[in-house]
Amino acid sequence: MNNDDRIEREILLNAPVARVWQALTDHRQFGEWFLVDLEGPFEVGATTTGHTTYPGYEFLPFEAAVERMDEPRLFSFRWPQCDFETGTRLDEPPTLVEFHLEDRDGKTLLRVVESGFEKLSPEVRERTLRMNSSGWSEQIGNILRYVERE
Amino acid sequence: MTATPHRAAALFAALGDETRLRVLLRLAQHGPASIAGLSTDADVSRQAVTKHLRVLSRAGLVSGRRHGREHLWRCRPAGLTEAQRYLARVAEQWDGALSRLKDFVEA
Repeated sequence: MNNDDRIEREILLNAPVARVWQALTDHRQFGEWFLVDLEGPFEVGATTTGHTTYPGYEFLPFEAAVERMDEPRLFSFRWPQCDFETGTRLDEPPTLVEFHLEDRDGKTLLRVVESGFEKLSPEVRERTLRMNSSGWSEQIGNILRYVERE
Repeated sequence: MTATPHRAAALFAALGDETRLRVLLRLAQHGPASIAGLSTDADVSRQAVTKHLRVLSRAGLVSGRRHGREHLWRCRPAGLTEAQRYLARVAEQWDGALSRLKDFVEA
């Protein structure tokens, strides 16, 4: 389910929506599974900072500007791009991360979407509007197909 | 080699333009070409082609080489696979995080 301008994942969790909502939006619980140490709670309009606790990547900073907390359906934030090797924050527009929750007979269908990769550079923004008819996937696929045929 | 976000940004920016995509597709389809040839095919000025080639070249998607009296440009598919690999790497990190979330809420 990958387009080239977004990453989308769906997972069925054997836990009620309320439980999953808590695991996502309580900053301490979020930190436990996402492997980050956060300095403060998530609040709409505020930025939560911290650092990665993933072994070997402790130097990576974490930063999330919360956009929506529509309990218990949607939690979203924007985060900046960091260089994986050095942890340096890059001067690029942040990508948007959305968690969509849906009840499925007492279980939770969670859909995660990270989007905005096509906008990483500001000069692209207006041009992408003209690109709507043909996605990245298609374009890159087209080119690779030609190249691989040789 | 996986692209860093910065490299990926340059790649996506380079691809985010119709003329550049046309130029790139032309090079991928019909092989190396000169600026004059590309200008005729893409129906844009040589100046514009030169500018677009510079952006594509900076992103590692094309490379130019002197060939006799001509300067020929060719497509570098490695640049494209790099862009795809970057997204694959971000996707992998999400897979790891979600499987930890599953363990966490189902415990």
